[in-house]
Amino acid sequence: MDFLSEHQPEILPGNRQLPPTQGVIEAPHGTTIVAVTFPGGVVLAGDRRATMGNVIAQRDIEKVFPADEYSAVGIAGTAGLAVEMVKLFQLELEHFEKVEGAQLSLEGKANRLSTMIRSNLGMAMQGLAVVPLFAGYDVDRDKGRIFSYDVTGGRSEEHNYAATGSGSIFARGAMKKLFREDLSEAEATTLVVQALYDAADDDSATGGPDVARRIYPIITVITDDGFRRLTENEASEIARSILERRLEQPDGPRAALL
Amino acid sequence: MSTPFYVSPQQAMADRAEYARKGIARGRSLVVLQFADGIVFVGENPSRALHKFSEIYDRIGFAAAGKYNEYENLRIGGVRYADLRGYTYDRDDVTARGLANVYAQTLGTIFSSAAEKPYEVELVVAEVGETPEGDQIYRLPHDGSIVDEHGSVAVGGNAEQISSYLDQRHQEGMTLAEALKLAVQALSRDTNGSEREIPAERLEVAVLDRTRPQKRKFKRISGRQLSRLLGADAAGGDEEGASEDAE
Repeated sequence: MDFLSEHQPEILPGNRQLPPTQGVIEAPHGTTIVAVTFPGGVVLAGDRRATMGNVIAQRDIEKVFPADEYSAVGIAGTAGLAVEMVKLFQLELEHFEKVEGAQLSLEGKANRLSTMIRSNLGMAMQGLAVVPLFAGYDVDRDKGRIFSYDVTGGRSEEHNYAATGSGSIFARGAMKKLFREDLSEAEATTLVVQALYDAADDDSATGGPDVARRIYPIITVITDDGFRRLTENEASEIARSILERRLEQPDGPRAALL
Repeated sequence: MSTPFYVSPQQAMADRAEYARKGIARGRSLVVLQFADGIVFVGENPSRALHKFSEIYDRIGFAAAGKYNEYENLRIGGVRYADLRGYTYDRDDVTARGLANVYAQTLGTIFSSAAEKPYEVELVVAEVGETPEGDQIYRLPHDGSIVDEHGSVAVGGNAEQISSYLDQRHQEGMTLAEALKLAVQALSRDTNGSEREIPAERLEVAVLDRTRPQKRKFKRISGRQLSRLLGADAAGGDEEGASEDAE
């Protein structure tokens, strides 16, 4: 990015002049992203819906991307800008790794993303905000970690679970009741899909699993083996097993009262 | 006031070429070989930190002999060129041919510019294809020319002798272990024909492996994996011997 800003500043997202506009610009927005840690790693998942006002702009958008071998970004907010930001972020991590011959630390990556969000502040104030969720496996500390952001680039580390996007309040509620310290990888992937299901249940901008069209949430797992995205079959299996239980219990699993 | 001596352009270029060649010849040689699943880079390098081989992009690797600070400069330039290309267009639009052209331009300009001393480096740019036929290897000598190589290539001090040794013995479809063994044999021959042993710790090895599931095909091989490959070699040889005996 430093190199780009010296040589070709016009292709950096933050350097564009915006024409003055009246009101809010209509552009597709991505919605809910959730993340949860488990002993040995972290799971990051997102629904597949993009909305533009009250219209569903895209049913099968992909909002979770690998940033590098040991980290991933999930994006909520203006889809076009967010995808470009992720592309630039991936490039920067890879570039650093190749030039220096070593990976950035997880903190370093999280800070870098923070700067990039801050450079988008002008756009955010016109309604084109990008608010990602960053999750990665910290090879120095041997554990999965989650970082959340606000529109101004403020970064905070989240413990155990986190969510961002329009359905995040509902997803967070679900995760709060379902989270345990000793989740296995399989349980953690089920948990995130449960949370996304609850978000889709109460938030019109979040899409639930679409069995008819075979569109399932994107689920990614990062452990010391690196980044892995669950295949469509694996994702459909989790979504279907949840759907089956919800036919009997539409509100999902219930926690004990005391 | 003294008049500068007249030096003919031929003489000036010959002197510069001689200077660059001598600089390159001081360094240790390295070899780049095709094998069944990709391209392997092998060189003798006592340093763990200063690499001779490096990743440029998904399918493209870089190898250099000569002066470290000069080729490191070119390497970083190449990484920048490739990353900028890939970001502006698409990852598939970064090719070894394009990169080799950029290097040739740079080296050629520096070589013929009287204000600068010529770079004492010789580069290899290699790209691994989907099939062995798609592999590309380019050798870039100090003066900015490009040589399209097939099968095997050696650069550095003892390059001529090593490449003739490799040309005679390199075959298509070698396994990684076989190619590695051949490369080490070639490197351990001294100028006077005698052989010396190069221990595994002094070898720098990297591969562009087309079977890797990731987009980035470049991988360094070191430590246990390297000694296993060099060891497996011997075992593989024994097995072949045994089966021949059985026949």
